[in-house]
Amino acid sequence: MIRPSPRHVLEMVRKERRQLLRDPRTRLIMFVAPIIQLLMFGYAVNTDIRDTATFVVDRDASAASRRLIEAFTTTGRFNIVGTSTRSADVTRVLDRGDAIVAVEIPRGFAADLAALRPARVQILVDGTQSNTATVALGYASRVVQAFARESARSDAVNSPGIDLRARAWFNPGLQSRIYNVPAVIGVVLLLMCLLLTALAIAREREIGTLEQLMVTPLTPTELMLGKTIPVAAVGMIDLLLVTAVAVLWFEVPLRGSPLWLVLAAFIYILAGLALGLLISTVSRTQQEAFMTMFLFLLPAIILSGFLYPVDTMPAFFRWLSMLNPVRHFLFIVRAIFLKGEGLLGLWEQYAILLAMAIAALAFAVSRFRQSVA
Amino acid sequence: MSAPASSGRDTDVAPDSATAIHVRGLTRTFGDVTAVDDLSFGVREGELFGLVGPDGAGKTTTLRILAGVLAPTGGDATVFGVSVARDPEAMKPRIAYMPQRFGLYADLTVRENLDFYGDLHGLPRGAERESRVERLYRFSNLDPFASRLAGKLSGGMKQKLALSCALIHRPQLLLLDEPTFGVDPISRLDLWIILQEMLTEGITILLTTSYLDEAERCDRVALLDRGRIVALDAPRALQADLDGRAFEIRASSPRAALRVLRECQGVSRAAAFGDSVHVTLNQPAESLPASLRQALDAAGAGVESIATLRPSLEDVFMERTGG
Repeated sequence: MIRPSPRHVLEMVRKERRQLLRDPRTRLIMFVAPIIQLLMFGYAVNTDIRDTATFVVDRDASAASRRLIEAFTTTGRFNIVGTSTRSADVTRVLDRGDAIVAVEIPRGFAADLAALRPARVQILVDGTQSNTATVALGYASRVVQAFARESARSDAVNSPGIDLRARAWFNPGLQSRIYNVPAVIGVVLLLMCLLLTALAIAREREIGTLEQLMVTPLTPTELMLGKTIPVAAVGMIDLLLVTAVAVLWFEVPLRGSPLWLVLAAFIYILAGLALGLLISTVSRTQQEAFMTMFLFLLPAIILSGFLYPVDTMPAFFRWLSMLNPVRHFLFIVRAIFLKGEGLLGLWEQYAILLAMAIAALAFAVSRFRQSVA
Repeated sequence: MSAPASSGRDTDVAPDSATAIHVRGLTRTFGDVTAVDDLSFGVREGELFGLVGPDGAGKTTTLRILAGVLAPTGGDATVFGVSVARDPEAMKPRIAYMPQRFGLYADLTVRENLDFYGDLHGLPRGAERESRVERLYRFSNLDPFASRLAGKLSGGMKQKLALSCALIHRPQLLLLDEPTFGVDPISRLDLWIILQEMLTEGITILLTTSYLDEAERCDRVALLDRGRIVALDAPRALQADLDGRAFEIRASSPRAALRVLRECQGVSRAAAFGDSVHVTLNQPAESLPASLRQALDAAGAGVESIATLRPSLEDVFMERTGG
């Protein structure tokens, strides 16, 4: 193999840079789309609950029951949309979707509290919205527990009741945003690498310039370097952009060192470029490249733990996801952002990612050289 | 067009210093299909050589092998003494290859396209580059469009830009695949002016074409059919071979004429040609033999006129392929 000439690679990179930056649509895809994706995931994909429509049936109508209701509203997570004194109303509002959560305080609630008997509160949630319901139920239980502790204390009696203290680590507010936003980096980088690499090469093949380039002194290796270096640069810029927005706008804590983040992203980008090259070798047109890309992209994202945790998947998919670079990168990114981990604690993931990138690159390079020669 | 230095039936040019291309038993198969079948020919330096034939004759495959972008499955060819099978990279700086669909970057300007190919070929920027571009602009009349995006050029201008890109590095051999395919008549003329200019500079040109008027401009042509050479000589020499043997017959019933001629003795070939019939005899004759005339009349062909025919390359091709 002839050593690639830096001059040839440079000419190719310059041409690519010119083409990438010239088209306003490509510029938009490279630098604006990642931010929009981040904003979307930051705002729209929000599994937190806030102002959840709540219906209250207060059959006790006591000072204690009113204090409990107040405890619900002061959290800001529940918005009382109606009150009633009849249990039958609950069915009606939940059926009609007027409320997602219903709190029913039975008659004798205050008396039970006063007598230090276990007081009961019923919480009903609309299970068709399973995500919201689960989260709402969690918050509601915490409200009730806090209320119970407080009443016990204010009555100056030592309550022997169970003192349940659940706390979520690293993300005390259990804000989905803090969990999701760093992961968007992984998806954005993959999308960029696949899209730009696969499409750029497929386009040259489609318009016939690839054959043209092969008659020039440019070698396949130089061509490949010229195609991938600009994409890697775009990837690194996107990493900075998305991280900046995540930290400055969404106030996601970056507890680990940015250096480890950059290192992980670099390895991850290499793997992404390799996959992009592979897609380009099996695609004769841009359209084919695009379709092949999505065939790969969707499973890669689903099996990455981006939206659905890998731990809850069936064993087969859990194993399959081990082959997915996105999964390992997301693990690293979340650990760096939220836990402040570094290379030391994450060396296994780094090693797996690196091994994958090297294997994919080696395979892609040999396939690519065959496909253009 | 200048006459070739020598003519005759030889498909061989000795591989000496004056040989630009030397093809020996070149074969390329794609699966079960043999696109190029044991091809042998030579192209002299400074020659305009045409590969002529219908679609699927193997013209493009031959050209791609000679350009080093496709490996032969059998035989070999040398370009300036370098084997295309063993060392395709070594000859690339000396050749230019223009595929039928030359890839221009639609999102780069005319000048950027030229510069990109100039850069890849290592043509230094500065005075040398400028004078080269200047010269190519003069041929192509692309100067006023230097900063226009290549995608916004007309078809003819695109083809002229493609040729200019191919020529930017001063190649000694030009391989052109149907260079005027789909180009308007004015641009076609422009392209030919550029090619003539290149020939006067001593550049060797090998082109494929299915236009016979273009084939007739070549110093020598190889007529290709199904991957094989059916004839190779100067166009005039090939046509001279048919001189005195070809006749054009106009008849009220061309189909009857065709049917009867094909059964007559001494007829090498008869074919419908528009609303007339072209007939080729085995031997030259002053006029159409009386026996044929009688047969035509007997069959009720209704002969209106008989004329001797100045044979075209198409007639030669048909004659040689038995079409």
